Amino acid sequence: MTRSPLLSVENLSLNFGSFNAVRDLSFDIARGETLALVGESGSGKSATALALLRLIEREGGRIAGGRVVLHGTPALELSALSDRQMQAVRGNRVSMVFQEPMTALNPVMPLGEQVAEVLRLHQGLDAGTARLAARDALERVKIPEPERRLDQFPHELSGGLRQRVMIAMALACRPDLLIADEPTTALDVTTQAEILTLIRQLQDEIGMAVLFITHDMGVVAGIADRVVVLRRGDKVEEGPVADVFARPRAPYTQALMAATPKLGSGAPKPLHRTEPPVLSVDNLAVRFPVRRGLRPGAHLDYHAVAGVSLSIAPGETLGLVGESGCGKSTLARAVLRLVDPAGGRVALNGREITRLGASELRGIRKQAQMVFQDPFASLNPRLPVRDLITEPAQIQSRMSRAERQALAEELLHKVGLEPEAARRFPHQFSGGQRQRLCIARALSVRPALIVADEAVSALDVSVARQITDLMAKLQQDERVAFLFISHDIAVVERVSHRVAVMWSGQIVETGPTEAVLHNPQHPYTRRLLAAVPVPDPARRADRVPPRSALTAPGLLLPVGEAPARATMIEVAKGHFVAAVDPASSLLNGAPPQAPAGAAAQEREPADRRRLHPV
Amino acid sequence: MLSYALRTLTRMALTFFVIVTIVFFATRLSGNAVDFVVGEGITSEDRELLIAYYELDKPLFSQYLAFLRAFTDGQFGLSFIERRPVSQIVLERIWPSAQLLLSAVALTLLVSIPLGIAAAIWRKSWVGSAVMMVAFLGYAVPNFVLAIVMVLVFSYWLNWLPVVGNGTPLHFIMPTIAMAGVLIAALTRFTRNAMLDVLGQDFMRTARAKGLPEGRVIVKHGLRNAGITILSVIGLQVAGLAAAGSVVIEAIFAWPGIGDLLVNSALRRDYPVLQFGVLTVALAVIVINAAVDLAYAWADPRLRHTVQA
Repeated sequence: MTRSPLLSVENLSLNFGSFNAVRDLSFDIARGETLALVGESGSGKSATALALLRLIEREGGRIAGGRVVLHGTPALELSALSDRQMQAVRGNRVSMVFQEPMTALNPVMPLGEQVAEVLRLHQGLDAGTARLAARDALERVKIPEPERRLDQFPHELSGGLRQRVMIAMALACRPDLLIADEPTTALDVTTQAEILTLIRQLQDEIGMAVLFITHDMGVVAGIADRVVVLRRGDKVEEGPVADVFARPRAPYTQALMAATPKLGSGAPKPLHRTEPPVLSVDNLAVRFPVRRGLRPGAHLDYHAVAGVSLSIAPGETLGLVGESGCGKSTLARAVLRLVDPAGGRVALNGREITRLGASELRGIRKQAQMVFQDPFASLNPRLPVRDLITEPAQIQSRMSRAERQALAEELLHKVGLEPEAARRFPHQFSGGQRQRLCIARALSVRPALIVADEAVSALDVSVARQITDLMAKLQQDERVAFLFISHDIAVVERVSHRVAVMWSGQIVETGPTEAVLHNPQHPYTRRLLAAVPVPDPARRADRVPPRSALTAPGLLLPVGEAPARATMIEVAKGHFVAAVDPASSLLNGAPPQAPAGAAAQEREPADRRRLHPV
Repeated sequence: MLSYALRTLTRMALTFFVIVTIVFFATRLSGNAVDFVVGEGITSEDRELLIAYYELDKPLFSQYLAFLRAFTDGQFGLSFIERRPVSQIVLERIWPSAQLLLSAVALTLLVSIPLGIAAAIWRKSWVGSAVMMVAFLGYAVPNFVLAIVMVLVFSYWLNWLPVVGNGTPLHFIMPTIAMAGVLIAALTRFTRNAMLDVLGQDFMRTARAKGLPEGRVIVKHGLRNAGITILSVIGLQVAGLAAAGSVVIEAIFAWPGIGDLLVNSALRRDYPVLQFGVLTVALAVIVINAAVDLAYAWADPRLRHTVQA
């Protein structure tokens, strides 16, 4: 299949100040083709995307050399146009979708106006016609109730719907080229699968080309025709997707493939559990009050965690998976008493901690520590590393300066950093190194349990791999148990002895990792697994069951009521599946048994997010 | 929305009650008013009569109750000096004060929002530095100094502008500028910072990627967001100005507003007027604050829906 080129990038070089972000990059995109631009952070892939639309100047960069030519009528040398001339191209012939649907839409402008704006600008439509066209644009991206969305604001929609609005906006003028910069990275796997399917369908419909920028080889395999691999500003490989996956030539591409977690590549064997558990959670519930009006009867409770039981043995890793909003982070916080549970028990090394006072709790902190998702936000930028990583230990027992220094050096050695790092500050480290610092900090009190909440989700795949390897090594050496929370099931598989699948505040399936992932029993687990991208272009298929098949039980209930608790049935040794509710409503497709008002609330995922006090 | 308005009203009423109480006791801390006001030249009989008339012989607490009763029947008493109802004296001063305040706020908005936006967009060039320098100076110069310097230059030396009163539009120029001075400086800095926050946001990049001209990106997408934060600050500043700024400026320019009245009543120890005047200003501040709160909640759709819910 030979197609005429739509866009040619010739010897493009991009600079940010004196920093050379992209060097001598050339590639073509054919009409109707999907080209994936792949690389890790710092590869220059986003800078390239911004350069094509000439938005890079606004972000402090500039095109230092080379040309970008958009073929067609008229052919334009984008790299030589004035800003005014570029305005006619942007959003019209070439448009763009960004990574963060949460922040990429204007929060104070109605959605309809935001979509209509493009149409009025490029097609000269009047307000009324543009509104109708905006409605059609929303319908084209399969947003339910498009009419109502026109007057809604971004915060009223879930992440997936917002990304659909972004796509509607980008495609409103039927562009020749859509640049999609990590459009699904911030989304859940099932939502990601839906968005990718949508982009493919619209591409067929409109006949546009897509430049798809991503770090995720699984997504590349699922969507691309051709691949360009970037590494620190240099193109290291280019070719048809099947060839690149089958025979990657550049060592970097090979390394990237190897680091990409693949579902089904083996999990740690389950431990033979004889000792008493480090952590045992029994019927734990957390709810957040939602105030409505003045009458007390109108108040509701949002049941973020609705009766969860689990246990972790010494030296064991339990992987907790589930989509955003399922309650996994709240569960993690409740386990450490960072939020107070409304019911149930949490025992650390056999000691009940749910009713301890603040001073007793301080002693307990020695046994359980936490590693957070964002290594940039979770380290105080004003403290030197020595003080940062020894602070938990300092709180437990006073240490002299020399003792702190010695402890800091020991901890840095454990996490694979040099002792000199103790004198430096967090901003002098990369994301992966910072996450090592966070782990060192957690280790400072020799905890029996570390709760890692999406601890590797913000990192590049190769770095994430190093961090999970480090965790495994520490587990070997120190017998520390992990509660490893992630939305990325392939990563969870690699590190967890057992997994628990969480959905709507409850655990719906749990057991040895191999058993749950290879023999999933619960329909939610199955859907989740089906949505995980497979880094193999040969197995490209639309395997996601329609969303309507799953109805989440209502979690927003009048004060005093509680969601029905699922009964767990043991289907194999140690493999439990939720049986009655909410599974039953889900198996036969019946509506959930929640009060009318609560059910109405629940249909809108964004509502939950807004009412959530966190 | 209704319950939100109700909560706001209750909060306003409580605040006002606390202020009323403080004002009452504070004005009575400095001894018997009659001695100061009519101290010399009257007979002790007249003095007794006056004390009885103003009920100054009663215990403090029953005076307080009588004072509170005034809020139900509207009888706030007579001025010691002018011998007419204080409500009448104060009310006729409200409009001139409001006029001055409004013109100062209008001037502030007209000057500081464009300046603040310019300072944000060209923050790295001389434009940004110059604007911030001027704003910094404006912040450092107290309003009475600005007023006096203006009077000196434009009235005394150049003889261009009138100083006393509010007779003609020309009379508005100097008091308006003097009142707006600090406000302009503060709001320019604030607008700049609010715009800087917004300029780096993702949705601004989205707006550019749509092909919007830069001017519309800044005004339509940028200012619409920054405006919400700016609004909250304007409210606080204007309320502060209504309370404090007007006293000094009106006194300097003999502007027949509440500020001028307050200064004069304090000097003449005309407590009924002072009391009622202070309460009027307090009420104005409370109302302005509440209005801004409501406007703020209305302008931000994220708040609007929580409010409605």
